[in-house]
Amino acid sequence: MATQEEIVDALASLTLFADLTKPELEGVAHILEEQYFTQDQRVLRQSLTGGGFYIVLEGEAAAVADGRRVNTLARGDFFGEISVLLGEPPTADIVAIRPLRCLVLAGEQLREFLISHPAVSFRILQAEARKLRNATRRSP
Amino acid sequence: MTDTQPFQAGDYPVVVVGSGPGGLQISYSLTKLGVKHAVISADPAPGGMFRKWPFFQRLLSWTKPYAPWPHDAHEFARYDWNSLIADESTQRGLMTTIMDGSSYYPSRPEMERNLATFAERTGIQVRYGCTWESTKRDGDRFVLETTDGEYRCQVPIFAVGVAEPWKPSNIPGIEHAAHYADTRPAETYAGKRVFIIGKENSAFELATGFLPWARHIVLASPSPAKLSVNTHSLLGVRARYVQPYEDYVLGGGVVVLEASIEKIDRHDGILHVLTRASDGSGEMSFEVDDVIATTGFQPPIRDLPALGVATIGRNKLPAQTPFWESASLPGLYFGGTIHQASPGLKKHGLPSNSGGVNGHRFNGRVLARHIAQTHFSIDPARPVLKSGDVIPYLLREVTNAPELWHQKSYLARVILADPARGIVDDGILPLQHFLDSGGKDGVAATVEENAKGDLYPAMYVRRANETTEHLLPGHPLLDFQTTEHGKALAVALDGLFA
Repeated sequence: MATQEEIVDALASLTLFADLTKPELEGVAHILEEQYFTQDQRVLRQSLTGGGFYIVLEGEAAAVADGRRVNTLARGDFFGEISVLLGEPPTADIVAIRPLRCLVLAGEQLREFLISHPAVSFRILQAEARKLRNATRRSP
Repeated sequence: MTDTQPFQAGDYPVVVVGSGPGGLQISYSLTKLGVKHAVISADPAPGGMFRKWPFFQRLLSWTKPYAPWPHDAHEFARYDWNSLIADESTQRGLMTTIMDGSSYYPSRPEMERNLATFAERTGIQVRYGCTWESTKRDGDRFVLETTDGEYRCQVPIFAVGVAEPWKPSNIPGIEHAAHYADTRPAETYAGKRVFIIGKENSAFELATGFLPWARHIVLASPSPAKLSVNTHSLLGVRARYVQPYEDYVLGGGVVVLEASIEKIDRHDGILHVLTRASDGSGEMSFEVDDVIATTGFQPPIRDLPALGVATIGRNKLPAQTPFWESASLPGLYFGGTIHQASPGLKKHGLPSNSGGVNGHRFNGRVLARHIAQTHFSIDPARPVLKSGDVIPYLLREVTNAPELWHQKSYLARVILADPARGIVDDGILPLQHFLDSGGKDGVAATVEENAKGDLYPAMYVRRANETTEHLLPGHPLLDFQTTEHGKALAVALDGLFA
């Protein structure tokens, strides 16, 4: 990866950005930065401030809280938003379990990004609602 | 004919490719550590991109002739972004000896002379006019095919810059746009209508240069212009180039648009640029005399992707580890401005300064030490500290160390509790390495900045492989050698070095 066109194409194929027009996608591709992580590399660190919002483009990552794997993340999944929205350090490490490519938005830019892209905000809300529903189902 | 140049083709422990600031700093630092190496360069002389650019012949990075520290002190490098870093006090702050005093931004020729002077005075040898052409593996060796023959080595370091012009291929008619690299002398744009694709420093540099000449200037790209004074980093248009933006916001005639470029046509000698607004408000068409794409540069890394080097971003930079090793091809390293693709933590979204000489010159020293240690078992000196000296030393470092000020949240001073030797100064290391590698108990001290622009020391304390973050208070004069900071640091260390 990835030329600007390739990033626009990759964004267009993700549910999160499914409602955006091509010029909007090009604008988003300019704001997001691509990062690559080797296997076992940490992406986000539990209890460290200043993290960002990550969208998985390729590969796989695990959420590890206090040494225990609590979730697996794959293409199209995103993470880091809860820590950014609440202004608190992450409650889990995110570790690449295969070589991982992500698109990254600095935490401080997330608020403006969500306000200026309501269709993406709606998709994120849907995903959070699904997580909440699943957690509620699991709880006794 | 006798070959009078150094480093004939052959087998070397390390081969450094490039003679810009990155290659020169790494070669100097390897020599100081006793790592034998060859340096080859396609150029005829030292200087790298500064032999040609910036286009308008004036740098963006300053050197203050008068600063709180003398030129021969290591600490002076905080105020001097352009001199390479020397162990000998006599070779420090060389840029100050070359500038003519007309600006604290050196001219391009002054920067070129600064680098050549460093190479000459420190005895850096380079085989010039030797072009690296292709690469292969042969057992445990990397083999670099060049115009002067085959260079084999255990460790190659590619410090080849990020200066290969790049234009997007998905804009119909992009061939009608000149690249930044092909911009003509400013006076040839007298009375012309100029459309600049891009809104980063190179776009605003050209727009600034065209202000006295062009009839109409348009800058367009899909995302808004960022200004460094707002981002608190080198991400964004530098203050030196903000003039066209001020012209735009005051209605002076310059146009700054958030739009994608749909196509470029030429009819009867006139260029027609069709844009589509990023906010969906529709298309606009511009009739102009010149279109210039300031769409960036790529590193000329030739066949390295085919060899297994993963790349990232629209500039196709090689993905790297915290020690600037290819993230996908171990044993192969990068130097100089390519280090910008080893992002570090990017806390609060703030990038390192590895894309500039001010940042990557320090990486170069750390890289040389890492290669000496991991590939050639050469251990650098690690001074031992007394328990009572740790806090004053760390506070002095976070107040004065140029590594920590130019590479915030990226490089750190590391002190370890070594059961065998006592309290050991482990030197300057990538912060990310300290956080993720585990190891002896210790502390990594760095300078950080939050989103509001507050600057403060940050201490990362590792005990039994658990690391905790301690953000110390700021100070209006950025002097962290206060009683308050001493107390806060003692709390953070909590008897670690007692």
